[in-house]
Amino acid sequence: MKTVVKAVGVSKYFANVNALDNVDFEVTEGELFGVIGPDGAGKTTLFRLINTLLVPDEGSVTVLGLDSVYEYRKIRPLLGYMPGRFSLYQDLTVEENLNFFASVFGTTIESNYELIKPIYRQLEPFKTRLAGALSGGMKQKLALSCALIHKPRILLLDEPTTGVDAVSRKEFWEMLKVLKQEGITIIVSTPYMDEAKLCERVALIQDGKILQIDSPESIVEGFKKPLLGIKAKSTYQLLQALKAYPKTNSAQPFGEYVHYTEKNRTPDQDELRDFLKKQGVYDVQVVSVKPTIEDRFMELMDPQNEEENNA
Amino acid sequence: MLDFAIQTKGLTRMFGDFTAVDHITFNVKQGEIFGFLGANGAGKTTAMKMLTGLLTPTSGEARVSGRDVYTEAESIKKNIGYMSQKFSLYDDLTAEENIRFYGGVYGIQPHELSQKAEELLERTGLIEERKKLVKDLPLGWKQKLAFSIAILHHPNIVFLDEPTGGVDPVTRRQFWEQIYEVSEQGITVFVTTHYMDEAEYCDRISIMVDGRMDALGTPAELKQEHSAETIEEVFIKLARSAKRGGG
Repeated sequence: MKTVVKAVGVSKYFANVNALDNVDFEVTEGELFGVIGPDGAGKTTLFRLINTLLVPDEGSVTVLGLDSVYEYRKIRPLLGYMPGRFSLYQDLTVEENLNFFASVFGTTIESNYELIKPIYRQLEPFKTRLAGALSGGMKQKLALSCALIHKPRILLLDEPTTGVDAVSRKEFWEMLKVLKQEGITIIVSTPYMDEAKLCERVALIQDGKILQIDSPESIVEGFKKPLLGIKAKSTYQLLQALKAYPKTNSAQPFGEYVHYTEKNRTPDQDELRDFLKKQGVYDVQVVSVKPTIEDRFMELMDPQNEEENNA
Repeated sequence: MLDFAIQTKGLTRMFGDFTAVDHITFNVKQGEIFGFLGANGAGKTTAMKMLTGLLTPTSGEARVSGRDVYTEAESIKKNIGYMSQKFSLYDDLTAEENIRFYGGVYGIQPHELSQKAEELLERTGLIEERKKLVKDLPLGWKQKLAFSIAILHHPNIVFLDEPTGGVDPVTRRQFWEQIYEVSEQGITVFVTTHYMDEAEYCDRISIMVDGRMDALGTPAELKQEHSAETIEEVFIKLARSAKRGGG
């Protein structure tokens, strides 16, 4: 497999903030690669280092074998970049925006129409509308069309689904699957942990450090502790009780359940039920649950857990 | 004590021919955690603006904290709390200055305010950081502070507009614990979110589709009603039926 993006020992500082701290990763051709982490983790800095808008303070970034500092001019036409904030011209129409981006890269809408067709088709009825007057979902589709119009080899999407409702998010990921079939390498960042499973490989990132890079399945497999899902009449009361329970290692709400692990052992369910009963927690249901990426992410955020796993 | 923090009947807002909010009728009980869900463009923001006294309805009735949205909008603004992820605190003021500024806006008397500010800093664990500019605080702390400030004047109800967007999974859960605590104190919490797992933490939720309120009930009721495993499934089912190309 051919490596298309390679970062070696990359660090980036802003004043006293270490935005990225000695980061290494590789993305292979045709891959759908996710960068998953909360606000402030360093996702946007990472994208700007790849797209040559920032220069690393340490280490190097290469894109298709080209150095991001010395050969940035050659790299730029190979990339399509959709920034996190809507950055198109609000006072140009849909079609004018698309034409503008096509001409900047020395091409035309017609010559690459086939590639953007599945996305742009839904926008075409509004092609004379000003970009600023589009709904959120339509803006997103236009931004994606503009990022694709010069047929880039690599597509960089910085938080395309942030603040977007569950249905539109689903649709967006379906569009990405179609683009992937065209052979475009896609690097996409998101703060929604549940979107990790839609990627082939993901990098979990927090405080400028990559916690882990692997397939979503392998990342979840890294969660070794037996995990229980506990439900009660009042989730708040249940949480308070579990925090007071000396054997609790972690108790985190996940939807209607609280995901629960015990320190260094398989939970004794009878003992746990007894304790909750004494604490006056009613309607307790305990089931065994499969961990999710989010369980693993939280475990990785706490260094103590890692020491236990490695012990 | 009021029974209901919010009461609406046929609440409607038109923009020209466009019905942004279409006859919504619902009550929110005092002390309840109420999740207000809907796709982008379904009318959530317009409805929130009417309930917070920022926008006059076209027709219908609504009372917030016992006050009428037509005739007592100014009084509503003083008696609610509001926090959003997009705008909450002034980045170039310190934690303490933000508390004092908002305390002043909410009309808290100076002597009372200094005491409340101390309590707030202590409760949020920000005593050491009081002189720090808000922009230098981690996002999780900023949100904790913003939420505490939004309820500094002990309102009947606090509106939280996507309070947890982009926050790490641990901080997001800590924020919900703070929501539970606030609700235990009897303050009603009206919250919007795009995280469907968070919808399950609410006492009751509503889902707006094309300006209408197409679902209203406890998470368990809605899942049963739509034979779904999760609220996300219910949401997708309902939002897919939308005619409006909002999203």
